[in-house]
Amino acid sequence: MQPFTTLTSTAAPLRMENVDTDQIIPAQYLTAVTKEGMGKGLFSWIRYNPDGTPKPDFVLNKPEYQGAQILIAGRNFGSGSSREHAVWALTDYGFRCVISPGFADIFYNNSLKNGLLPIVLPEEVVNLLWDLVEEEPKTLLHIDLRSQTVTLPDGQQHSFAIDPFRKLCLLEGVDDLGYLLSKEEAIAAYEARPRWA
Amino acid sequence: MGKTLFEKVWDAHVVAQDEGAPAVLYIDAHLIHEVTSPQAFAMLRERGLKVRRPDKTFATMDHAIPTRNVDIELWPSDAATQVRTLRQNCKDFGITLWDVDGPVQGIVHVVGPEMGITQPGMTIVCGDSHTSTHGAFGALAFGIGTSEVAHVLATQCLLQKKPKTMAITVDGELGKGVTAKDIILAIIAKNGAGGGAGYVFEYRGSAIRKLSMASRMTICNMSIEGGARAGMIAPDETTFEYVKGRPYAPKGEEWERAVAYWRTLVTDEDAVFDRELKLDAGELQPMVTYGTNPGQGVPITGRIPYPEELEDPAERRSLISALEYMGLKPGQPMEGQPVDIVFIGSCTNSRIEDLREAAAIVKGKKIADHVWGIVVPGSKSVKAQAEAEGLDRIFIEAGFEWRGAGCSMCLAMNEDKAGAGKYVASTSNRNFQGRQGPGARSLLMSPIMAAAAAVKGRVVDVREMLN
Repeated sequence: MQPFTTLTSTAAPLRMENVDTDQIIPAQYLTAVTKEGMGKGLFSWIRYNPDGTPKPDFVLNKPEYQGAQILIAGRNFGSGSSREHAVWALTDYGFRCVISPGFADIFYNNSLKNGLLPIVLPEEVVNLLWDLVEEEPKTLLHIDLRSQTVTLPDGQQHSFAIDPFRKLCLLEGVDDLGYLLSKEEAIAAYEARPRWA
Repeated sequence: MGKTLFEKVWDAHVVAQDEGAPAVLYIDAHLIHEVTSPQAFAMLRERGLKVRRPDKTFATMDHAIPTRNVDIELWPSDAATQVRTLRQNCKDFGITLWDVDGPVQGIVHVVGPEMGITQPGMTIVCGDSHTSTHGAFGALAFGIGTSEVAHVLATQCLLQKKPKTMAITVDGELGKGVTAKDIILAIIAKNGAGGGAGYVFEYRGSAIRKLSMASRMTICNMSIEGGARAGMIAPDETTFEYVKGRPYAPKGEEWERAVAYWRTLVTDEDAVFDRELKLDAGELQPMVTYGTNPGQGVPITGRIPYPEELEDPAERRSLISALEYMGLKPGQPMEGQPVDIVFIGSCTNSRIEDLREAAAIVKGKKIADHVWGIVVPGSKSVKAQAEAEGLDRIFIEAGFEWRGAGCSMCLAMNEDKAGAGKYVASTSNRNFQGRQGPGARSLLMSPIMAAAAAVKGRVVDVREMLN
């Protein structure tokens, strides 16, 4: 997993609520047996016309948001299916961070396991960021995971919360598996207990 | 202070809890299927790891498979590849697989309970968000991503932050024609599609206690549509009766000990929930969704809200975009809305009880000429039972297609897809944009409401057909 420390990037405003994982990556892309190349299916129903041509109005098709590594979305982002493919699609496309007033639980967990930083900010801050990057798409946001802050070009800073353990994993680029494997002794002891205790 | 049902099950599964780290939670049963497992097995191979407890891991095929009876050689190649990959992985790692060519296969959340794998007090996970279904037995069951599937395969454990608890109490008597599906759609309409994020629901109250296991599964199944990863119902005699005698259920003396323990799995009287929500069962009506998240639903006698009635700008934006997609108008009643397709199936409503109720509505009638209707049993066992009872004949004679077991048109990743612009009266769980096919418009409802819609060719109040 790629470590996450700081990120300075432009941001794409996705002014939509309840973006479910079917919107992020439709089921037709789930027939793969590998993780690679999911980015091509990212938001495909809202990104492409039925004939495969890009919809010019969709934010990711606008020239000014090319290369943005931060996505700013409405509340309840990533709801629905547990498909980790949604996170793989976002990271494969080039996103490293999603900012939203709230994430669905499974999506939030899946993000952390793939080095995609989910940042929860209050709705009014998200509204402000939308206005800002819509007005000036070149706006650079600076994200610092260590200090848990998002800094705007004018110096305005917004703090976000993150579980300290998850923060450490992201900073070091490690997932849960090594930690879980180190608990072998405790797991074996647990398994040795009688079942209907 | 006493403990909630959730806290009892959680506490019984904490293997380790380091300061400043999430809990290491032991998993009693791990269900896998063809779509979210291949990359997890690849992660195991990359790191040279084995499956720690193949005896606690069970696989079946449901999402990508066709539900017509055709040889795998004739399947779309990607579905065949996923099925063959799962076969190979189960063989290589020694995992029990209920294959499409065997007698047990079906939707993972239908098969687990049927086989007696799902038991009270267990922790159960699967790379599928509707794993919440198994909470109907008083188990803590939730969906996980593929990385977590790999973690459970390798260690039988997950790192989990303890969620908060929310009591949802439904007291009173359900009216005629009002079902478990209507209870859960009403809960989500009230609490919002994201309202349960960070919580585990416990459904309680006299109306819940009276429900069958199939109905309890329908409710817990859609906990995730209300934002909660898990929903639970305390086990009782109804639960024990269901589990007893199933292939993986405890037997003999072991059964007695198990039941004695399961009886302790109730929320203590002095336990405190982080949040509470109450509903009066007597006030509920058959529900229908009009929008593109499961919280956008109304009673059948109701109408679609006007955007200006909503105070929250985000909700307003969400409603406007949903109605544009759905081709519906603010203020419109849902009763009378024409439907093109009727889908009876999915992990929410494909059990034998669902099929019996739907069959009772269509018996001796024909579905409307313009309606394409399919009935997809949740498992091979449900299918066999339905055929033994003659339900297949009732559906076929009414004009429905009678299919093999699988997820089918719930999620548009197999051959069963709804066309663009088509209205689908669906017993499934998600009305997301494109969920049942690109451009398809889902109207979620109960099996009897869907059956009634098939006969009339439009959304109707099923209660008018129950006299």
